[in-house]
Amino acid sequence: MRNATDNLFKALADPTRRALLERLTRDGDLTVHALTERAGVSQPMVSKHLSALKRAKLVRHRRDGRETHYSARPEALAPLVDWIGHYGAFWKNKFEQLGDVLERMDQ
Amino acid sequence: MTTPETSTRSVVMEKEFPHPLQKVWRALTESSLIEQWLMKNDFQPVTGHRFNLRADWGAVDGQVLVVELNKTLSYTWAAYGLESVVTFTLTPTGAGTHLRMEQSGFPADGEQYYQGAKWGWQKFLGNLDQVLAKLE
Repeated sequence: MRNATDNLFKALADPTRRALLERLTRDGDLTVHALTERAGVSQPMVSKHLSALKRAKLVRHRRDGRETHYSARPEALAPLVDWIGHYGAFWKNKFEQLGDVLERMDQ
Repeated sequence: MTTPETSTRSVVMEKEFPHPLQKVWRALTESSLIEQWLMKNDFQPVTGHRFNLRADWGAVDGQVLVVELNKTLSYTWAAYGLESVVTFTLTPTGAGTHLRMEQSGFPADGEQYYQGAKWGWQKFLGNLDQVLAKLE
């Protein structure tokens, strides 16, 4: 577990890897080629960074002919998430919005 | 907003709204109204109904567990690896409706040093430096 957490932090400590992960999170399934086009680094470097993300289980891959597709695994971030704190703030905000909706509603 | 140590396994939010029970119930159970305060959805107040809540940060999968008109609404809430249950309880008061929301099922084994992290990919990744700084 500790080792898995270390991999997670190491993987996220690099800005290029964070950028790759953000793109995969935003755009979904992408090939290594597509990722390289906008990564600002060479394809071998992109592949190397993807391997680090894979070790941390932040991405998964599948082969399709000659192309390798990558996609994000957001659930891998679960150990880092302060669920209680997040949802406390989330519901506080939602209750305020609910109050506004009730004001606008007909009886 | 953090919760006390006694509720490490759930988040509770309570508020009194100056509106009648039936109106609050509608806001909690009608899809178009839910969208206005919570998220886009295909919710139906039918026990067993499976639905999605969608926001720009992702989606929540849910299934309706309990529907007691003007009284109790409960559904599962699964998102980003979190399996939880959200229960709304409505109680009439002299001036309106008391609403209690409890989201239960949070893992209780979260380690203290993760506390700085915030949910949401963009947000989390943006705050990573701060998170890492707290680990030192």
